[in-house]
Amino acid sequence: MVAGLLLSGFYAAVSLGVSLIFGLLDIANIAQPAFLILGAYAAYVMNGAFGLDPIVSGLIFTPVFFALGAVVYRIYYESFERRGAESLRGLVFFFGLLFIIEVSLSMTFGVDYRLVQSDYTTRSFEIAGVGIAFRYLVPCVVGLAMTFTMYLFLSRTFYGRAIMAVSQDRMALRLMGANPVTIKTIAFGVGIAAASLAGALLISIAPVIPSADRDYIGRMFAITVLGGMGSIGGTLVASAILGVAESLMSTFFGPSWSLAVSFGILLIVLAVRPAGLFGR
Amino acid sequence: MGRTAGALLIGIAIVGAGIALAVVKVNPYFYFAGYVILQYVVIATAWNILGGYAGYVNFGTPAFFAMGAYTAVLLIKSVKAPLPVLLLAGGLVAGLLGLGIGYLTLRLRGTFFSIATLALAVMLQTVVMNWEYVGGSRGTSVIRPPGPPFGSYVTFLFTVMVGLAVASVLIARFIERSRIGRGLAALRDSEEAAECMGVPTLRLKLFATTVSGFLLGVAGAPFPYYVTFVEPNSAFALDYAVNALAMPMIGGTTSWLGPVIGAVLLGTAQQIAIVTISSEMNLFIVGVVLVLFVVLAPEGILGLVRRMRGH
Repeated sequence: MVAGLLLSGFYAAVSLGVSLIFGLLDIANIAQPAFLILGAYAAYVMNGAFGLDPIVSGLIFTPVFFALGAVVYRIYYESFERRGAESLRGLVFFFGLLFIIEVSLSMTFGVDYRLVQSDYTTRSFEIAGVGIAFRYLVPCVVGLAMTFTMYLFLSRTFYGRAIMAVSQDRMALRLMGANPVTIKTIAFGVGIAAASLAGALLISIAPVIPSADRDYIGRMFAITVLGGMGSIGGTLVASAILGVAESLMSTFFGPSWSLAVSFGILLIVLAVRPAGLFGR
Repeated sequence: MGRTAGALLIGIAIVGAGIALAVVKVNPYFYFAGYVILQYVVIATAWNILGGYAGYVNFGTPAFFAMGAYTAVLLIKSVKAPLPVLLLAGGLVAGLLGLGIGYLTLRLRGTFFSIATLALAVMLQTVVMNWEYVGGSRGTSVIRPPGPPFGSYVTFLFTVMVGLAVASVLIARFIERSRIGRGLAALRDSEEAAECMGVPTLRLKLFATTVSGFLLGVAGAPFPYYVTFVEPNSAFALDYAVNALAMPMIGGTTSWLGPVIGAVLLGTAQQIAIVTISSEMNLFIVGVVLVLFVVLAPEGILGLVRRMRGH
């Protein structure tokens, strides 16, 4: 239960990018989990080369991933969105991208599990008889901070508000003197950067292999859809639900069932209420 | 009618050539590789009936393929059913699953449908992994029945796959040229408009998902005898999902010929890559080729040919 709640902060961080890109921009970026794993490996390399803390190196890498995301969006825009063929072929494009990143990683790093150790990962403390490991607590706190930052970014800054606007009325935004494509490029970059930072958190929680991205497709999209497509508060609540449900499932039925939780929630929500808990 | 008869004749000729090939002894690896390529012809053709004709992208191909394979495992383990029964049963179970996702299209379109099919694949894989009777996560070995009708068992399976590939291509060709195909094309272009024009969209979609599921299941049914050891990670491999989608996309999705071209080209390239480079490299090739085609040649090879002829 506590482990599930602690995981939920991390899950929120994982899903922020999808909430932004899929929820608000309506771009079916199914390659998002691949960027998560790419971020994890970036942190792994930095840790191995300079002994950097994964979270610090995650922060260093955010501009790189922002640029990468911007480039990916430009390709997507030029090839699909402008031609008005985004839904079907765009989906296939991102699916191919997912495979390219995953296979490139396994060709470079092999298929062994990789983990990053830092000075706090082995320590823990107890509150009222419940042991809390720093390994889970730190990513949870960082994840919550990321969520809060994203909330502030979307509600307080010019670009954040413009992203909210582009999801509602593109024409009105253009009349206000802002270029929707630029705004979307920025939003896509921010989403990918968020995924890479979450990847740095991931590798400090658990060992990572290149094919781990497949596990996170379900989690990311389950949380985003359950949370109501782009609502940051909804993302947080949905992460808590998924985190607790997964840890309960794994306690009572064994860990092999825990992966089915996210996909199960996803299927049920899609079949019953596609608008999610907090959908408009 | 004349062209359909012609296509049938060509199909029968190919099956005959397949049998002749199986009787003539060449390097046994040829049959192994040929089986995989033909299996992809069936898979790509089946995927295209839903994805290409109706415009619903199915990411859950492994689920249907594995349904066929595991139905076969179940029947082999319990009653030692013969191969024709396995093919039919595998197809029916996967077809039923297809009918199920067909009803899903009532609520889910576009991206949401695709994600739901992916979720379905993972759910089914989890169930199979926890089902000890069919081997659970460790997998189970299957013993081939003695005495195939001719040749060795692998050459026999190769011939069976030739027949299945021809049959599925003929089915796809028939659907494409019938009223069903035109109805599916109409709902692919605009579901609302098709509905308004009186096209029975739900019935057509259910038909497409069921036939597509059935053929994917049939493709999976001989799989246990082919590999003789079935485990969830190989039966539910994501390779099937990406290949099922890449092959029609590369060949061209609007015609029955597209998936065949894509499957033969990409399947052969992969088999060569597995032997000469590595099995990871072959997936990398698929990913790169898929992205390149979808960006640069969205109509596939058939589209390129058409453009060169100046249409």
